Amino acid sequence: MKSTLFSLLLWFLALPALAALDPGVVRQLAAEDSDDKITAIRQLGASGDADALALLKALADDALLTTPDGRVFLMPEDTALDAATGAAIDPAPEEYESISINNRIRAELANAIAGLRLLSAERATRLAAARELQSNTGIELVPILERAQSLENDAAIRKLLGFALAQANLASPDPAIRLAAVNVLADSANPATRNLLLPLTDAATESDPAVREAAADAIRAIESHLVIGQLLGQIFSGLSLGSILLLAALGLAITYGVMGVINMAHGELLMIGAYTTYFIQTLFRAHLPEWLDWYVLAAIPAAFATAALVGMLLERTVIRRLYGRPLETLLATWGLSLILIQAARVLFGAQNVEVANPAWMSGGVELMAGLVLPWNRIAIIGFTLFVLGLMWALMQKTRLGLFVRAVTQNRPMAGCVGVPTGRVDTLAFGLGAGIAGLGGVALSQIANVGPDMGQGYIVDSFLVVVLGGVGQLAGAVWAALGLGVVTKFLEGWSGAVIAKIVVLLIVIVFIQKRPQGLFALKGRFVEN
Amino acid sequence: MRTPFIVRFLDATPRSGWIALGLFAAVTLVLMPALHLFVPEDSPFHVSTYVITLTGKILCYAIVAVAMDLIWGYAGILSLGHGLFFALGGYAFGMYLMRQIGRDGSYQSDLPDFMVFLDWKELPWYWTGSDSILWSLFLVLALPGLVAYVFGWFAFRSRIKGVYFSIITQALTFAAMLLFFRNETGFGGNNGFTDFKRILGYDITAPEMRAALFALSALALMGTLVLGRYLTTSKFGRVLAAIRDAESRVMFIGYNPLHYKLFIWTVSAMLCGIAGALYVPQVGIINPGEMSPANSIEIAIWTAVGGRGTLIGPVIGAGLVNLFKSFFTVAFPEYWLFFLGALFVAVTLWLPEGVVGLWKRLRARRAA
Amino acid sequence: MNTVAGVDTGSGVDTNLPPPAADAPGWEEESRALGHLLAPGVDVSHKVILYLEDISVSFDGFKALNNLTLAIDAGELRCIIGPNGAGKTTMMDVITGKTRPDSGTCFFGQTIDLTTLREAEIAHAGIGRKFQKPTIFENHTVFENLELAMKADKRAWTSLFAWLSSEGRDRISDTLKLIRLDTQAERQAGLLSHGQKQWLEIGMLLMQEPQLLLLDEPVAGMTDEETERTGELFKSLAGKHSLVVVEHDMAFIEQLGGKVTVLHEGSVLAEGDLATVQADPRVVEVYLGR
Repeated sequence: MKSTLFSLLLWFLALPALAALDPGVVRQLAAEDSDDKITAIRQLGASGDADALALLKALADDALLTTPDGRVFLMPEDTALDAATGAAIDPAPEEYESISINNRIRAELANAIAGLRLLSAERATRLAAARELQSNTGIELVPILERAQSLENDAAIRKLLGFALAQANLASPDPAIRLAAVNVLADSANPATRNLLLPLTDAATESDPAVREAAADAIRAIESHLVIGQLLGQIFSGLSLGSILLLAALGLAITYGVMGVINMAHGELLMIGAYTTYFIQTLFRAHLPEWLDWYVLAAIPAAFATAALVGMLLERTVIRRLYGRPLETLLATWGLSLILIQAARVLFGAQNVEVANPAWMSGGVELMAGLVLPWNRIAIIGFTLFVLGLMWALMQKTRLGLFVRAVTQNRPMAGCVGVPTGRVDTLAFGLGAGIAGLGGVALSQIANVGPDMGQGYIVDSFLVVVLGGVGQLAGAVWAALGLGVVTKFLEGWSGAVIAKIVVLLIVIVFIQKRPQGLFALKGRFVEN
Repeated sequence: MRTPFIVRFLDATPRSGWIALGLFAAVTLVLMPALHLFVPEDSPFHVSTYVITLTGKILCYAIVAVAMDLIWGYAGILSLGHGLFFALGGYAFGMYLMRQIGRDGSYQSDLPDFMVFLDWKELPWYWTGSDSILWSLFLVLALPGLVAYVFGWFAFRSRIKGVYFSIITQALTFAAMLLFFRNETGFGGNNGFTDFKRILGYDITAPEMRAALFALSALALMGTLVLGRYLTTSKFGRVLAAIRDAESRVMFIGYNPLHYKLFIWTVSAMLCGIAGALYVPQVGIINPGEMSPANSIEIAIWTAVGGRGTLIGPVIGAGLVNLFKSFFTVAFPEYWLFFLGALFVAVTLWLPEGVVGLWKRLRARRAA
Repeated sequence: MNTVAGVDTGSGVDTNLPPPAADAPGWEEESRALGHLLAPGVDVSHKVILYLEDISVSFDGFKALNNLTLAIDAGELRCIIGPNGAGKTTMMDVITGKTRPDSGTCFFGQTIDLTTLREAEIAHAGIGRKFQKPTIFENHTVFENLELAMKADKRAWTSLFAWLSSEGRDRISDTLKLIRLDTQAERQAGLLSHGQKQWLEIGMLLMQEPQLLLLDEPVAGMTDEETERTGELFKSLAGKHSLVVVEHDMAFIEQLGGKVTVLHEGSVLAEGDLATVQADPRVVEVYLGR
């Protein structure tokens, strides 16, 4: 819809310049026979004329009209304009219909239009056109592609054009040109190109042995590019999963390090963060619609504060009273998580709620053909780095951080030298909960927001804590990213369920070898 | 002169215990089945199918709770994955029940319906022998036992304990649940096993069958209690409690805690397997939901409510919580999770020794 | 079975041990009775019961033990002193298998390589350890504590069917008398006083019938009278058993009267009788210089 409007707009803009095109060719557009129409479209496409572009677009939009006697004209408003000259036709024909086109013609049109758009002054238009021409490029586009390439000064577009030209040249009757084209295409990482090259390896369809050999080589090269692309893609999604795990695990690592308790309601703090995001989004929709795109930024402090407050409340009312009884804490916090889940159900309904990505987070950046990195995931990785940096500064540079580290290492001694261990517990718990809330903000951008969303994360984030070693920030980072990447690789190879099971087994086997985690604290005070 | 083992085994349960077991047996083995079978339905003394099924279910839960107590209350190891062993026992017997359906399924095939649905042509290898009740009963014990043994061996050998162990067991049951959710695993996927028809050729819905399953569950519970009593009062039990209190000391006086933990852990898992096998025919369904972490952690709360470190406590706990649950989930379904959550918090905060501990305290106060 | 209470008292440190062979029949008899047990007795044919050579242990770059070499003779009563952080407890951890050394060898007798064994196996081989902080089973009775420690087949399967013989009962009651807890036998161990707990732990050690006893600050928290009695007990044990005592209490060390080893920064600083060691200027510097 949008693109139709857009091209209509372009078409109106181009209208005044509608100058002489070959009237014979234009008339041929209205021919009965599809092949005749296609010949005309190809000729217009190869002309490189801006008027031809407008005309072809009109044809694609069913706006090109014809009279029974074969006159071709346009009628943007009430005036009929001659398609070839742009002159007004007076009186306007009374009997007319739009020129019908079938799918085969549509495909031809798309290619021809893309070829013409390559000559546009707008870089974005040229880039988009060059992308469109990465498959099914017909040999008739060779002249226009060559012209576009010679005029093009943008390297990225030139490269794309080179691929398009090579694809077009694959159909060339000259083996030398085919060979050159094959060699160019070896650099491509497009799975479609591979399929295009396949016939050229076959003696039945390709007579020249040199081309056949080159095509086989090129296919191998493309496949290795594809593998690299896939690999990079998996690493990237692994990193983004790892970032989420890290945000979930950081808070857990703090509370486990400081108090030696596992908070089973930790996942629900993620859920609270995500619902806070939802709530802020709703507020923005109702009261600040013009700022809607930036609701996520407002949600960050809000989610931190909400989750931290809930966390501190839990610590003060329940967890504090269970000090030194870690197993009971496990059960009590599980109870708290049940209450929080049910509370979310009562407040927001049992169904998932919709949290939309802001516009600047949708879409992605294409690193190479077949590898698109979505902006929301990139944003999450960046956000995780930001939180990590903040945490590091907090732990290393502030008094609270010093206290937290002291209590983690030796609680009685810290108490003896005057660290207010009770307050440190509450604050550390609040901090951990707040970070979980931030994790919830991140999660709301890529996953469903619902009452049980946190349940799946407690085990994973605990595995991160176990792997990383208690109280070790660096350990948690490596463990989270490692687990994320390994999980994604296994998922690609064996499916999500088996991946989960295999990861669990890996962790169990790992603990056999390194019971203290990746980055173990050693010494006489370390007891279980 | 040595006292024969069997005498010592039975002697571990004190006289008062035997009297209580006798009363329990009179009610569950004679009275309730008789009231269910022979008293007409309109009589106020008739025990309805609903009551017999609910009580039978709770008896199975009580076995699980005692099994949980053996490992948690006596050895200090909190398992958050006992639902897995329960479900494995249930699935092992469920395979037999599925085969007993024969050609009476919707597709009139020799294969279970879900396999026909998946277009499988023959039984997978691990279903071999599932039509034999003896093999199935063996699996009921062996399957949870083997899984527990292998997992426990790795976990205890590397001295994973405390919350580490608890979370890993939770991860284990979670992973198993995901595995069983898959159709390709060959256990009916989401839906699990259901629509059972008969056991040993007898109709599974017949009142006599229900009464028999009920009595068997009661018998199994009594056996579990006597076994538990022996285990916890033997030297083995004392070493186990010593491991719970000061593991490193136990090692330095020459005991290897690995084998002690592994034994009680495996026994506990096998008891859960028995409970699962008795549970499935009574409720008529087994699906991967039984392996959900929430189910397993609920087992812990039954034990905690009743009172850890006592054998009667878990039985009381399982009964109280589940009776309450069946009432609550019907009357106020919205609030059940609030209540359950609050129960977790309240018991750990104010009733660390459970109902039995409370009763003991009250009695001590009255005596003072 | 040997009863500890019957051990001949008197000669403080008896370096002229009866040849180890004299002990052998008893051990062999027991090991036959206990079937599976690892150690049919320790080969002390070269008089040395414990030999540590070049042991190093480091925790995150901190060298807790630094090429420690130490030999304990069979039947010897050895005292180890040293300032805090000298590596005394780490040394005990290495001997009992709690900590694995980064390098070095640790032999019990001529044949048993302790660095390859686990805690329980080392205990079976005949090494008993008393911790700095008394660790007893607080929820068990005093009697049960001793019963659990008693030398026996300690495998899980055997424990399932084990029952206490009347000889076992006798041994426990002998030990109860020796550690003066005979009136407390049925009391929960957690309710004992600190000194009594120390004694109970020593009693548990004796029930294990170890060849070598490692005692980490055994008299901390004891009254003078209790300390005195403990000293007498240890002296009576020496000869039949070998003892390694880590202590800070110089009066107690003086009472024991054995050879003294001074540890400093993870290695041996000085060795000899107490007077010699105390006169050593390096030792004085270590204790007073900082």
